[in-house]
Amino acid sequence: MGAAMFFGCAGVAFGPALALVLLTVAAEPLRVIILVAGAFFWLVSLLLASLIWFVSVRLSDREDARLQFGLLVFGAAVSVLLQELFRFAYFKLLKKADEGLAMVSEDGRSPISLKQMAYVSGLSFGIISGVFSVINILADSMGPGVVGIHGDSPYYFLTSAFLTMALVFLHTFWGVIFFDACEKRRYWCLGLVVASHLVTSGLTFLNPWYEASLVPIYIIVVCMGAWAFFTAGGSIHNVLKCLSCKREEDSHVMMYSALRVPLED
Amino acid sequence: MTELSAHLPQFQHGQLTENFPDNHLSNTNDNSERRRHDNSERRRNDNPESETNGQPQNNLQQVVDQDDEEDEELTLKYGAKHVIMLFVPVTLCMVVVVATIKSVSFYTRKDGQLIYTPFTEETETVGQRALNSILNAAIMISVIIVMTILLVVLYKYRCYKVIHGWLIISSLLLLFFFSFIYLGEVFKTYNVAMDYITLALMIWNFGVVGMICIHWKGPLRLQQAYLIMISALMALVFIKYLPEWTAWLILAVISVYDLVAVLCPKGPLRMLVETAQERNETLFPALIYSSTMVWLVNMAEEDPEAQRKASKNSTYDKQGSQPQSDTAEADDGGFSQEWQQQRDSRIGPIESTPESRAAVQALPSNSQTSEDPEERGVKLGLGDFIFYSVLVGKASATASGDWNTTLACFVAILIGLCLTLLLLAIFKKALPALPISITFGLVFYFATDNLVQPFMDQLAFHQFYI
Repeated sequence: MGAAMFFGCAGVAFGPALALVLLTVAAEPLRVIILVAGAFFWLVSLLLASLIWFVSVRLSDREDARLQFGLLVFGAAVSVLLQELFRFAYFKLLKKADEGLAMVSEDGRSPISLKQMAYVSGLSFGIISGVFSVINILADSMGPGVVGIHGDSPYYFLTSAFLTMALVFLHTFWGVIFFDACEKRRYWCLGLVVASHLVTSGLTFLNPWYEASLVPIYIIVVCMGAWAFFTAGGSIHNVLKCLSCKREEDSHVMMYSALRVPLED
Repeated sequence: MTELSAHLPQFQHGQLTENFPDNHLSNTNDNSERRRHDNSERRRNDNPESETNGQPQNNLQQVVDQDDEEDEELTLKYGAKHVIMLFVPVTLCMVVVVATIKSVSFYTRKDGQLIYTPFTEETETVGQRALNSILNAAIMISVIIVMTILLVVLYKYRCYKVIHGWLIISSLLLLFFFSFIYLGEVFKTYNVAMDYITLALMIWNFGVVGMICIHWKGPLRLQQAYLIMISALMALVFIKYLPEWTAWLILAVISVYDLVAVLCPKGPLRMLVETAQERNETLFPALIYSSTMVWLVNMAEEDPEAQRKASKNSTYDKQGSQPQSDTAEADDGGFSQEWQQQRDSRIGPIESTPESRAAVQALPSNSQTSEDPEERGVKLGLGDFIFYSVLVGKASATASGDWNTTLACFVAILIGLCLTLLLLAIFKKALPALPISITFGLVFYFATDNLVQPFMDQLAFHQFYI
C-alpha cells in the first residue's frame, strides 16, 4: 500500500469528477454555489437516513447478526429513497432560484439554465456521495497494511475506487434525467431513476463477488449516460459533428453595401 | 462575531489597483471628476471579465442615475462572485488548519490549558466535567466581553494610540513568536535539520513583511495571505489549548454573543460600527479580511449618495478583544504619519482643509456615486476565520468519524456563510457571520460523529454503497 495505492485509487475515484469540476464548474461562481448547496442537501438526507438506522438499531437486538444485516439493508434503502427525495427538494429550490435570478437580471433571462443546474446538482450529489463513501478508505490506504489478509478480497481498495467513480457518474446522469423529468412531469422517468438507484445500491450488496456487482453497475452507468445525453439535447448528429471537427461555413455573407461602421461603444 | 458588509467606499487613492490607469492624485477639487472618469475607465477595462450576461456596457448616464432598485439588482447579481471571494480564503484557512492538525502532532497534544480556562476537564464524573467546562466557557466569554467593551470605550474616547499599540503588540506576537513555534514543530515532525541562523532570517523576513502588509501597505494578495496565516495560527492555538467540551461550549456561546453584540441596539459592536460611521472612518482595516483593496478615505464625503453607501460599510472585528489576536490599524482613520509623509513626498502637500471639503461638498452631486459593482468587495472579520477553523480543526482532531465529520462541518460552514451573505444582500447592514455557520457546523459535527459515522462504517465494512 502506501502512496501509490492512495494516489492511484484517488485518481480512479475522483479523477473524472475533478476534471469535470475544474473544466465546467470552477470558473462560474454561481455553479460553485450550486455545487456546495447540493452537497449540503445530500448531507442532510444522509443525516436523516442515519438517524432512522440508528434508532432502529437501538431498538433492536444487538446480538442477532442477521437482524443487524437486515437493518443495514433497510437503512441503505431508506437512504436511497431519502437521497432522491432531497434531490427533488433541491430541484424545487433551484427552480425558485432560477425564477428569482431571471427576475433580477437585466434581460429577464437567468444567467444559468435549468439544464446546467441539473448537471451541477447531479455532479455535487455524486461528489459528496463518493467522498463520504471512500475518503476514510483512502486515508487508510496510505498507511501500512496488507489488504485482505483474513481472506477478504485483496482488490478492496481498487474496487472501492471504481465503484466510487461509477457512483459519481451515475449521480450526475440521474441529476440531469431527474430534473428534466420533473420539469416535463414525466413521472415514469422519475420512477425509473429511483429504481435504478435502488438497483445499483442493491448490486453493491453482492460485493465481493465483483463480476456480479461491478460489471452490471458499469452497464447501468453507460445506459444512464446515453439517456442523460439524449435528455440534455444531444444527438448522434451532434456527436458526429463534434468529432468531424469541421469548421462551419459562415452563412452570414455581408454585401459590401450593407457594411456599416460599427457603433461607438 | 464579526460582520460583513457589501459596500466599500468608493475612493481608491494611494493604493494600487490592478487595472487602474493612473493613480496619482490631482487637485482635490477634481476628485469627483477623476473618480467618475476612473470608474468609467475601470468599467471598460473590467468589461471582458464582468458578469453581465453579454450585455453591452452600461453607459455613464445610465450608471449615474442608478437608484436603489438597480443597486439591489447589481448586488444580487454580483452576490455570487462575492460569495466565492469569501469561500476561497475560508477554505484555505481551514485547509491549512486541518493539514497541520493531521500532520503535526504538537497541536493535538495536551500540554496544559490557557489561564482563561482554569478548570480542568480530567475529572472523575461526567457532571463535574460538564460543570467545569461551563465555568471555563463563562470565564472565556466574560474576558471577551470585557475586552470588547474596553475596545469600544477606547475607540469612543479616541485613544487611538492605545488601540494601535495593543494591536501592534498582538500582531508582533502572532507573526514572530507563534510562527516560530509552528515552524519548529513542523521541522520536528518532518525531521528537518535547521540551524538557528537560517531560522532567524526566515522568521525575521516573514514577520517584518507581515507587519508591513497588515499594518501599512502591501500587495493585496500578500495581505490576504498573511491574514489567512495569522488566523490559522490563532485557530491552532485555540485548538491546542482549549479542552474539548469547553471548546464546543465556547463556540456555541460566542455565536450567541456575536448575534447579540451586532444586532442589539446597545451591543458593543454595533456601537463601534455606529461611532465609526459618525466619524466617517474605516474601522481597523487590518483586523478585517477584505476581498478588494483597502480604501483609504482621503476626504470627507461630499455626496449624499456616496455617504449613504459609506454608512452601509460596516466592518469591524471584535477579535481585538482577544489578547493575542490580530492586527489592526485604527487611529487617524488609517492615515499614519508615515503614510502622510509618503503621500506628501509623492504628490506635494495636499491636506483637505475644511474649506476644500466645503468646496467639494458644494460640487454638483452628479459625481460618480455608483461603484462599479465588481469593485465592491466583501469584508469578513478575522475572528470569523478563526472560529470557523477552530470548529473544523477540532472536528478533524477529535472526531471518530474523522474525514467524514471534517467534510460535513466544512460544507455546513460554507453553506452558513452563503446564507449569511444572502441575508447581507437583503438587509444591507452589518451582520454577524458566526451564528448561522457555527450552528450548522455544530449540528453537523455532532450528528455526523454520532449518527452518520457508525452507519457509513458499517456500510464500508460490507462494501455497500448507497
